[in-house]
Amino acid sequence: MKRTNADNSASHNRITRRGLLLGGAQVGFMGLLGLRMRYLQVDQADEFRLLAEENRINIRLIPPARGEIFDRNGVIIAANEPSYRITMVREDAGNVEEVIERLSTLVELDESALNRAMAEMERSPRFLPITIAERISWEEMSRVAVNAPALPGVTPEVGLSRKYSHGSEFAHVIGYVGPVSDYDLSKIEDPDQLLLIPRFQIGKVGLEAKLEERLRGKAGTKRVEVNAVGRVMRELDRRNGQPGDDLQLTIDQKLQSYVQARLGDESAAAVVMDCKTGDILSINSSPTFDPNLFVRGISVADYRDLTENNHRPLATKSVQGTYPPGSTFKMVVAMAALEAGVINSETTHWCPGHLTVSNRRFHCWKRGGHGHMNLETALRESCDVYFYELALEVGIEKITEMANRLGLGIRHGIPMSAVARGLTPTKDWKQRNRDSSWVIGDTVNSSIGQGFVLASPLQLAVMTARLASGKAVEPRLVKSVNGIDQSAPPDEIPDLEVNQNHLRMVRKAMYAVSNNRRGTAYSQRIIQDGYRLAGKTGTSQVRNITAAERRAGVIRNEDLPWERRDHGLFVNFAPYDDPKYAVAVIIEHGGGSKAATPVARDITLQALYGGDPPLDAYPKKDRARIKAQQERLRREYPQLNTSDRDRA
Amino acid sequence: MSYLEYSVKTVPTGFSKVLHLNWALVLLLMSVSGIGFLMLYSVAGGSFNPWAAAQMKRFILGMSLMFAIAMVPIWFWRNVSGVLYFGSLVLLILVEFMGSVQMGAQRWIDLGFMRLQPSELMKITLVMFLATYYDWLPVNKTSRPLWIILPILIILVPTFLVLRQPDLGTSLLLLFGGAIVMFMAGLHWGYFAGVIAMGVGLVTAVFQSRGTTWQLLKDYQYRRIDTFLDPASDPLGAGYHITQSKIALGSGGWTGRGYMQGTQSRLNFLPEKHTDFIFTTLAEEFGFVGAFSLLSLYALIIFFCVFSAISNKDRFSALMTMGIAGTFFLFFAVNMSMVMGMAPVVGVPLPLVSYGGSAMLVILVAFGMIQSAHVHRPR
Repeated sequence: MKRTNADNSASHNRITRRGLLLGGAQVGFMGLLGLRMRYLQVDQADEFRLLAEENRINIRLIPPARGEIFDRNGVIIAANEPSYRITMVREDAGNVEEVIERLSTLVELDESALNRAMAEMERSPRFLPITIAERISWEEMSRVAVNAPALPGVTPEVGLSRKYSHGSEFAHVIGYVGPVSDYDLSKIEDPDQLLLIPRFQIGKVGLEAKLEERLRGKAGTKRVEVNAVGRVMRELDRRNGQPGDDLQLTIDQKLQSYVQARLGDESAAAVVMDCKTGDILSINSSPTFDPNLFVRGISVADYRDLTENNHRPLATKSVQGTYPPGSTFKMVVAMAALEAGVINSETTHWCPGHLTVSNRRFHCWKRGGHGHMNLETALRESCDVYFYELALEVGIEKITEMANRLGLGIRHGIPMSAVARGLTPTKDWKQRNRDSSWVIGDTVNSSIGQGFVLASPLQLAVMTARLASGKAVEPRLVKSVNGIDQSAPPDEIPDLEVNQNHLRMVRKAMYAVSNNRRGTAYSQRIIQDGYRLAGKTGTSQVRNITAAERRAGVIRNEDLPWERRDHGLFVNFAPYDDPKYAVAVIIEHGGGSKAATPVARDITLQALYGGDPPLDAYPKKDRARIKAQQERLRREYPQLNTSDRDRA
Repeated sequence: MSYLEYSVKTVPTGFSKVLHLNWALVLLLMSVSGIGFLMLYSVAGGSFNPWAAAQMKRFILGMSLMFAIAMVPIWFWRNVSGVLYFGSLVLLILVEFMGSVQMGAQRWIDLGFMRLQPSELMKITLVMFLATYYDWLPVNKTSRPLWIILPILIILVPTFLVLRQPDLGTSLLLLFGGAIVMFMAGLHWGYFAGVIAMGVGLVTAVFQSRGTTWQLLKDYQYRRIDTFLDPASDPLGAGYHITQSKIALGSGGWTGRGYMQGTQSRLNFLPEKHTDFIFTTLAEEFGFVGAFSLLSLYALIIFFCVFSAISNKDRFSALMTMGIAGTFFLFFAVNMSMVMGMAPVVGVPLPLVSYGGSAMLVILVAFGMIQSAHVHRPR
């Protein structure tokens, strides 16, 4: 396309005209920018410089009060209490060493804390306040305040710090808070500005960590005027933040404290659950530790004591520990067999003391054998051979399916650290994880809760609660948030979807365990009508019994070193007629179920009576011993003596 | 007017092209980038890492690209402008689907060695393609309504895509960059008056729609507008940026606190101190003198570009040069206005100074185009 010359020059002229116009407009706008620059930087410079320096207006965060934690009756578990600390701004202090020197004559300064503060000061900007001393007394704080003129850059501050009033009993549930670390920050995308405050306290483990966001709240802000040495002159305005949510737990502090005392120094765990709602009334792991140590910053020696203890106080055995459930797993096998239609209440099997499956001999715990066994007698006397036979008929897949339905092999969603999933094995699982195929012996081992099967005390409590109520209850730890009840209406809890008659048969057999003269837990029964318990004993082996050992006679547990003794387990629910509570107890290396049964009975009665039970709930021959035990516990654990008047 | 009518013989060839480059412009670009390195070194607390060194590497790469592009005749670039435009359009659509999500906005395609921001690329290719269009279109048809529809589509399609990412700043730059080319091409005044009237209407609609079901902007964008209108309303949120930025700027005074001595901008008050808010550091450390000098350097860049454009008899070259210069102007004008509290906070970097790889490269590539137009101008 050819254009005429006139066209060309017209177009060029227009471009020149508009180009100059546009260029002019741009230069004009730049002129405006220049004027604005001049206005801000020259005309208003003094004002801004003043703002920036002499009377800097600082925007400061007001940390929100962390949500407090209460038990189901309103007893405070985790509180905020005022604490005094001293902070220092390097920029304002001038000669840091000299100021610290002077400060040390007024306040006792911890050497290691001071070194940490100095290192932190090196790293951070000159204007940031660094904490030099924490948790100082009111007297020390006032001495610093009085001597303020001689201590430039030093400010005494009041803050809130966490206090766990029933510390050791709740250590595994609540966990503890600690100063935010770089590692914590690296895990959070887009962290809240609060977390950037040096040594801001956040939940480290347990519920404090799991529900951190709810407990933390939202920061408020205040604008303050500070003078040349960084001292706050006045507060201009403030915008209040939002305090963290107050949580009420389902746990009953009184019961929790009792259970902790009852477990004593054993390496053990116990869970008490409401059969109908899933409320966890107590969940203990023993031995325990004082979480307040961690809040203050635990000393190396204390920490070493905790980590080197072979009873592992830091482990949350109630949810984190997984154990072969032993004979407590037999209810699962029984339910699977009943549901599959393989047996009914009349079906019997002969127990000669052992069963040979593909050339391998599997023994019953009773060497002489039990003779003819039906479902009730087999559960009652915990006959192994009977359940071997059931498992061979039902197959592992159906057993695992039933175990999952009863809450084993499932990670329950409660806000505690390291909640374990346990293990309910399948053929697939073994192929994938053990790289070998499932053999029939694995099924036989699983039927008595040995082999690959693993469950946590929490899961065993859930299993028992589901057997007792026939409902698929889920464990629940938080009762209400800011006073608003979180519980689901009872009719919303789904049914277990098994034949109720089958459940009744299993419950009846469990009743026989504790109340029939031949039951394995008969000696630890409750004789008060309306309070009777139904349970199941379990012993889980930590070692294999070799054929040679068996010939020589199995070594008695008492003769073994502690860490090779059997775990003792007991699960139960009570009262039998109208189940309220499900209890699961495990005593690590207790030497068999007899270690767990009395503990479970005491805990059950304590829960049913809401305090020490009357002695006539116990069989006559036990009463003197129980009375002595109650008195000993009250003496050794003064926290059990808090009366109802102390409750909030 | 097109090159078809000029004798190519008068255009310098071979190595002599280097002599005909617009060296004044090259020097200006180097000075502005140099200021950028100084500031990045300063905000990093006196360290080449993490920003200054990386920025320098990209500057060297960008400069090489600029020279390479300048050596290629401008008519080649005009001929491929359509391909470039549609290429960047495809990339823009790609980021909608495979761009990695960062900072809440999909803007990047990860090429492995760098992240490509197609919206940046679009800023040049859009201007070039529009210039090609108006070079092809007979001048007397420029203002005919039928012939306006196509350029409007050319502008609006990428603008809409970028707005969806969402990147309000860049989409505004695209819109205005395109409008500048149309204006330069000689579109009738009336159209601009009409669009301005519609713009006012739209702004009204945007405010009216707030809180209703057909809300036109994101909540955070409304908050930014609120904050702009009243910075004190949210002192710790977005208004905080403006307030702190003004304090930093103002405390610079005439001559500033001295290099590396700025306190306000260094105190981490501003989270984007190495990108969008880098001007505050300059203004605080070098004062009015420093800030005004940077503004003057920018003004000189615009001056040389406008001069190069109006003295270029090739219609495509003139339109493209003005379009690119206009976009460049919008970059720093919007950024400075924002930092000085004259405009809401929209994420637009200070060109050549703010830290940012693809922005730096794209700007230098764009100036490569201007240089090519300058070298190969009809004589």
